[in-house]
Amino acid sequence: MQVHADIAETTLRAVLNEFTGEIYQKPPLRASVKREPRKRYIYKIDVHEIEGRRVLFTCVCQAGTYMRKLCSDIGEVLSCGAHMQELRRTRAGPFKEDETLTNLHQLSAAQSDFEAGDDAALMKIIQPMELALNQLPKIIIRDSAVDAVCHGAELALPGVVRLDSAIDRNRLVALFTMKGEAIALGRSQLTSREILDQEKGIAAKVERVIMERGTYPAMWKH
Amino acid sequence: MQITAPWVENRQLVDKVSETTNPNYGCRPEDRPIRLRIKYGLINLDKPPGPSSHEVVAWIKRIMKLSHAGHGGTLETPVGVIPK
Repeated sequence: MQVHADIAETTLRAVLNEFTGEIYQKPPLRASVKREPRKRYIYKIDVHEIEGRRVLFTCVCQAGTYMRKLCSDIGEVLSCGAHMQELRRTRAGPFKEDETLTNLHQLSAAQSDFEAGDDAALMKIIQPMELALNQLPKIIIRDSAVDAVCHGAELALPGVVRLDSAIDRNRLVALFTMKGEAIALGRSQLTSREILDQEKGIAAKVERVIMERGTYPAMWKH
Repeated sequence: MQITAPWVENRQLVDKVSETTNPNYGCRPEDRPIRLRIKYGLINLDKPPGPSSHEVVAWIKRIMKLSHAGHGGTLETPVGVIPK
């Protein structure tokens, strides 16, 4: 962030601190959402370096927070103005700058190896898609219920083997096999407690099937 | 009010019944053969600034000879699926 006047470091830090917690933000002029002030939660702002009018910081925020807007709002509070100079996303959900982070050169080299018969590098780069679902509450189901779910059937309670302990009603949940494969996304119809205690009824309705039909044998009647 | 980032949430699994899985069907995601790995796979890609996510997805489709690929929207994470 570039500040538009010389501001004392203590003031800068204090103002940045004010921008943690709940903030109100109006989406910028050119935005793909309705332009009305909305609440966003800033979990943390860590200042790394202040050099003259330039401030380098990491901001951990809720999805949908505009960083450019955050910088200019900070400038407003400082009453001198400020703008965002450079931005890098260092984390989005389960994706962060770890050993899985790959650039295009590495990908293209791994692809050439693969075409030459060596898939080791490509296997390391490509992550199972289940990784993208690891922040959703899970319900793990029996082999015998898998193909029905693949055909879009509701998940009935007898099919449930294991589940996240904190599911509410009407929440987005991921249905998994006992081998850890994602089967479908669904909407919970009961709480974890109810799913554990009851024997009859519907645990979740399927919204989006991921697994190919026929991966597991059909144990249900047409 | 202190809210934690979604990835800090501590998820816990509880058993309803005890059950085993038949090894003849399906397979653990980490054991998927390369073709299926690509079909049901994603890449945590370090996108250079400049080209749009959409352009980068097009390059990846070309490099990997895929018929379908997409990116995770604001996640900016190209997700490879369905090889030709």
